[in-house]
Amino acid sequence: MIKLGGTRVPMREQKPKERIKNFKSVPLGYNEKEVIKEAQRCIQCKGLPCETECPINMKILEMIREIANCNFKKAFFIIKEDNPIPAITGRVCPQENQCEGVCPLYERQHGINIGKLEAFVADWARKKGIKEEFHIKERPEKVAVVGSGPAGISCSVDLRKFGFQVTLFEALHKAGGVLQYGIPAFRLPTEVVDYEIQYLDDIGVDIKLNFFVGQNIKFKELREEYDALFLATGAGAPLFMNIPGEKLKGVYSANEFLIRVNLMKAYKFLDFDTPVVCGPSVGVIGAGNVAMDAARCALRLGVEKVYILYRRTKKQSPARDEEIQHALEEGIQFKELISPKKFIGDDDGWLKEVDLYKMKLGEPDKSGRPRPIKIGGSDFKIKLDTIVEALGSMPNRLFLSRTPELEVNDWGQIKVDHNLMTNIKGIYAGGDAIRGNATVILALGDGRKAAESIRNYIINKAPKK
Amino acid sequence: MSHKIVFKNKLNPDTYKIEIEARHVAENFRAGQFVIIRIHEKSERIPLTVSSVDSKKGTIILVFQVVGKTTLELSLLKRGDSLLNCVGPLGNPTKIKKFGRVICVGGGTGIACIYPIVKAMAEAGNKITSLLGAQTDKMLILEEEIKEISHEIYVSTDDGSKGHHGFITDVLKDILTKNKTGKNIHRVIVIGPPQMMKAAAEVTRPYKIKTIASLNTIMVDGTGMCGCCRTYVNGDMKLACIDGPEFDAHKVNFDAVISRLSMFQEKETLAYDDFKKRKKSK
Repeated sequence: MIKLGGTRVPMREQKPKERIKNFKSVPLGYNEKEVIKEAQRCIQCKGLPCETECPINMKILEMIREIANCNFKKAFFIIKEDNPIPAITGRVCPQENQCEGVCPLYERQHGINIGKLEAFVADWARKKGIKEEFHIKERPEKVAVVGSGPAGISCSVDLRKFGFQVTLFEALHKAGGVLQYGIPAFRLPTEVVDYEIQYLDDIGVDIKLNFFVGQNIKFKELREEYDALFLATGAGAPLFMNIPGEKLKGVYSANEFLIRVNLMKAYKFLDFDTPVVCGPSVGVIGAGNVAMDAARCALRLGVEKVYILYRRTKKQSPARDEEIQHALEEGIQFKELISPKKFIGDDDGWLKEVDLYKMKLGEPDKSGRPRPIKIGGSDFKIKLDTIVEALGSMPNRLFLSRTPELEVNDWGQIKVDHNLMTNIKGIYAGGDAIRGNATVILALGDGRKAAESIRNYIINKAPKK
Repeated sequence: MSHKIVFKNKLNPDTYKIEIEARHVAENFRAGQFVIIRIHEKSERIPLTVSSVDSKKGTIILVFQVVGKTTLELSLLKRGDSLLNCVGPLGNPTKIKKFGRVICVGGGTGIACIYPIVKAMAEAGNKITSLLGAQTDKMLILEEEIKEISHEIYVSTDDGSKGHHGFITDVLKDILTKNKTGKNIHRVIVIGPPQMMKAAAEVTRPYKIKTIASLNTIMVDGTGMCGCCRTYVNGDMKLACIDGPEFDAHKVNFDAVISRLSMFQEKETLAYDDFKKRKKSK
């Protein structure tokens, strides 16, 4: 029986006690029966609030309708029209601030679980080997995409569909950018990312790994060799607190910690060679998604205690609701309204404790959140063996230093116009490289928009026959 | 893309030289730069300094000492085997120009790293004094090659089996003392164990001779992403991978470099012992 509204079909998950011993996906995903039931709750509003709130305006309503009708294949093709990586966005989008947040059923905590529907459809297609079919009418023009994260992936897919010869440059040994090195497998399984990368290869994107543009391949060479460029270089350089004791052993940037654990698989140490040293007491500074990821990775490395050290309160955390919820269930403790003053080490140069200020909340700042203010004379110490600083990241300054012709703002973000073109004709940019620390879906949207702009640019430039 | 080993040679009981196919690196390399290699899917990424390149053949020469699991595994590869990745050249090249008289100090496997710098400095018209330090006569590498392109060469060994009995920094001190003001020496470049580079910096400091050290920090990505190689130069945080690897030795906090190098030691030993045990049981 079809029942509109009603309560959300619960997502089955690995139990917290079990999952902190492994890196497997926490949500187990809907089965066919569950996914249909969840989709049938949709009241199919006329105003399409979910689609309007989606940064790429995915045809969510149609997708849900097809799922409700048990037509998963059609649902898959509908999503694919707008989104090349639904298995990924379904898992990592902040749905509560987008599609699900405006669902009329949301108020009673029972908004349609759109992210999980999306992930189901994509996973279903992956398991069935169903792929989007399109005919590529080859064109001779060459486009280089720099960076293989979500912006680079979506741009490459569209550019290939338009028939361009696409070369995708990646500095690391594995493509995927933040999806590969940053987001842990328990949130985004490695095989999901690998599948999307394989798809790029299948449609003829030439993926060049181990090329760090600006360093071991000159930007100038790219400009000369390609008809257009898309810079999706991300924001991969970590910010540090710049407080005393940061040089101590046991202090990591979240980037280093996550690269070791995720990309290099340090959690399988001895089978894999890259080590990570962690615990027994771990403090993660910051409370965004990256902080939650680092904290939950630390827990899975078998440490005793993991704390989130945050200068505001949980309520102001920019992390996805699901991640905070999962972190709390797993036993991660929030220490709110504190900020590190200095790291203190032992005689061998290892971190042993952290000196912290107490904070209070003041008037809202530019982000709209209350500004944290130090309380004078309030500092106190806690014993910690490991610190992971998850303070956000910046665009890569080496890349920027080798591309002085590109205009950037004070934060090193590349300036672009409404078509995502930089100050240089034929060179476009998107994703975190222009936005700072944003989301996968915004990066994906940029990639698609840039592909469209690049097509227009190349077609207008081509001599008329 | 894999990188075939076309030549392999044991230089001394625990130091090896391999020549691998890496055309892109060979064609773009400049003295002072390094590569990051990964042997197979489960390997670490480790930085290695390039000792020389053959841009026509498209090969590069890496010299390494067996210090842990990855280098042990690398030493067991044979000619015809391949490395999975070799990314580079990374890091900034050495500043090469005609300075006048340049002292190049190499210690241990650092000698392999100083070799291309000696070559480039000599080609730029500098008068080179090379100082090579090793534990023993047997451990000393590349002496002939460096001698050929240097104006003069001094050797020291820890056990006195060749040259000066003691540290190479003693020899450096001796030269500067004889030179009195150090005025005739325009630059010192030192590559070796951090303790040695620290000592060399202290020797040259009173003479105010510009001294450059190439830091061998732990790295993961080598592209400025992880911050593992962070180093404190004049109190400022720098990344050895993208700001270095060479820094003004008088400004580097060597104690921090030395301390941070031991961060993963316990695990490194574990991996090394485990690998040896597994090799034995095979």
